[in-house]
Amino acid sequence: MAAPRASLRLVAPVWNRGTSGIRGLSKAVDPEGSQRKGRTLLQFLTDRFYDVEAVREYLLQKQVLKVQKKNRFRDREWMRANEQGLSSLEFRKLQEVPVEAVDASGCAINYQGLDNLLALKELQSLSLRRCPHMDDWCLGRLYHLADSLQELSLASCPRISERGLACLHHLQNLRRLDISDLPAVSNPGLTQILVEEMLPHCEVLGADWAQGLKVGPEEQSPDAAGSPIPA
Amino acid sequence: MLRRALRLRLGPCLSGRGLGTYRGGSTLDWDGKVSKIKKKFQSIFPGGAWSPLYDTSHLPPERSDVVIVGGGVLGLSVAYWLKRLEKQQGAIQVLVVERDHTYARASTVLSVGGIRQQFSLPENVQLSLFSAEFLRNINEYLAVVDDPPLDLQFNPSGYLLLASEEGAAIMERNVKMQRQEGAKVCLMSPEQLQKKFPWINTEGVALASYGLENEGWFDPWCLLQGLRRKLQSMGVLFCQGEVTRFISSSSHMETASGEQVTLKRIHEVHVKMDHSQEFQPVECAIVVNAAGAWSGQIAELAGVGTGPPGTMQGTKLPVEPRKRYVYLWHCPQGPGLEAPLVADPSGAYFRREGLGNSYLGSCSPTEEEEPDPGNLEVDYDFFQEKVWPRLAQRVPAFETLKVRSAWAGYYDYNTFDQNGVVGPHPLVINMYFATGFSGHGLQQAPAVGRAVAEMMLEGHFQTINLSPFLFGRFYFGEKAQEHCIL
Repeated sequence: MAAPRASLRLVAPVWNRGTSGIRGLSKAVDPEGSQRKGRTLLQFLTDRFYDVEAVREYLLQKQVLKVQKKNRFRDREWMRANEQGLSSLEFRKLQEVPVEAVDASGCAINYQGLDNLLALKELQSLSLRRCPHMDDWCLGRLYHLADSLQELSLASCPRISERGLACLHHLQNLRRLDISDLPAVSNPGLTQILVEEMLPHCEVLGADWAQGLKVGPEEQSPDAAGSPIPA
Repeated sequence: MLRRALRLRLGPCLSGRGLGTYRGGSTLDWDGKVSKIKKKFQSIFPGGAWSPLYDTSHLPPERSDVVIVGGGVLGLSVAYWLKRLEKQQGAIQVLVVERDHTYARASTVLSVGGIRQQFSLPENVQLSLFSAEFLRNINEYLAVVDDPPLDLQFNPSGYLLLASEEGAAIMERNVKMQRQEGAKVCLMSPEQLQKKFPWINTEGVALASYGLENEGWFDPWCLLQGLRRKLQSMGVLFCQGEVTRFISSSSHMETASGEQVTLKRIHEVHVKMDHSQEFQPVECAIVVNAAGAWSGQIAELAGVGTGPPGTMQGTKLPVEPRKRYVYLWHCPQGPGLEAPLVADPSGAYFRREGLGNSYLGSCSPTEEEEPDPGNLEVDYDFFQEKVWPRLAQRVPAFETLKVRSAWAGYYDYNTFDQNGVVGPHPLVINMYFATGFSGHGLQQAPAVGRAVAEMMLEGHFQTINLSPFLFGRFYFGEKAQEHCIL
């Protein structure tokens, strides 16, 4: 009986606008109050029943993927999820419209979670900045988006190394690639050169190839992107 | 308390024996008495190997439930899954015996480290798929408290197998089967191949299969160390020593059709210490033969194949060491970062190594060219005559290259059908095999370990059915031939 209440918590804002046909919604007169009471009752039940806990974990996992994710549909501006984790009713109207860009920066997306993104066959821009669980194995899956992807950002992902970047050669339609600030890449300058050779039509932002080179004693310029003088 | 216990044990014996023998002055059998008293002490304190006279810390324990001969990746994988699948924590004592603690000649660490799903048998594809999933989640499987996570240095670049006209139909069939099992492999025509990898010379290539996911290469040493660390934390004992003898007992049975069969059961494993004649007899319930290239010798010690040829008793384990070379060269104009592990129809293969345009590669010799497996010396002429021409023909950029170094390692080569042997021996009933994988043992080790552990604990395979790989096929002549061997 607690399971329907758990799902009610997520869809409560939407249903409250409509009719309250379900018995459990009788407390929906005061939505904030019911949510507060519902939450402690839910926590009480979660502490005592494994299946309640399992349902809550499952729903939380689904939520995690949606948190802070912004999506852009064709011809429309960015749509952002609100605090409850669900977007507005507009989402329902746009089910047939293909998703053009996804900004999943900072999102805890992992290998299995990528299934959701790879299903978007017309995705043109993908931003995976600062995703803590994106690693080389996940990059090996991105070839599914080869036909449409034009812009990809992998900046600051702590687990991506140059070995994973080698799989990006499938993305021949890529025009902008951001591989800056990847701490696990051993030689950023050399990696940048190799990636540029691998993707000739793509503009690769990232480490300047002079980054690994030491500046000579006579070169006093503080600008690291100036003309490189090998040590 | 000791004395009281001793008195309790000896009491009934004394009264039952009668005074005659005591006063009769029978020969004093001191050795026998001492060993009897020692056994009684051991029975009072179970599990304690009490030897107050000399230091035995370097010796393996006196008994262990499972003794795994061979501490390479297959042996460690079997140990890992045994400890993971045991019904109660700490229920099974496992001892891993490895002759060489530096792993200087072990096939695991000398391997090129590739993993692929492009095989011709569905069982092999499933084994590799599971192993890929294991490697991907290695930090969940092999996590040890307070230790840093493992970095396998996995390159997800895939394998590219090329086929000539004759092999094209077989390749298509194989790819269809691989896709059915869940591998992500795509077929490419020569034109597509030329477009995708312009540095390949597609002359003579009719078809190519390219692995898109879960294929690539990784660092086998890291996997080995990760397994060792995890096993030590799970309570598996490691011993450095060589197995020199098995003490077994035979029992004669009759089959339903009236045929006489001799079943053997191994009771003790004699583990000899390095540089010494000292050995420790380890009492055991099960022995796992994961000795890699030397599995044939271990099997002979256990009595496998000692019998009239043409019978099950006379069927030897057809695993022998075969030497394979790996060469490392530098080629500044070579294929770029996107290069997969390319395997030519002639048998030559290569892959990138690192960021600096270095490449690793080799070629499997034909039966006539097989080098002598007595040592691990490298023959550079083999590269000049056999490997380089084939590579240069396939990748024209390799016409100018400079060999940096090379090494040699052993394949635990199954001369029967180049596929692994798993499961118990039909006659030596408590010896299990996990060997003979002929060059693809490393990539299948996690899954094979689980299969053998399931066989040992449950009596049958539960997750992946490896019945085509049982020992019986050598006697019945049922080949489970693997065609895609590198």
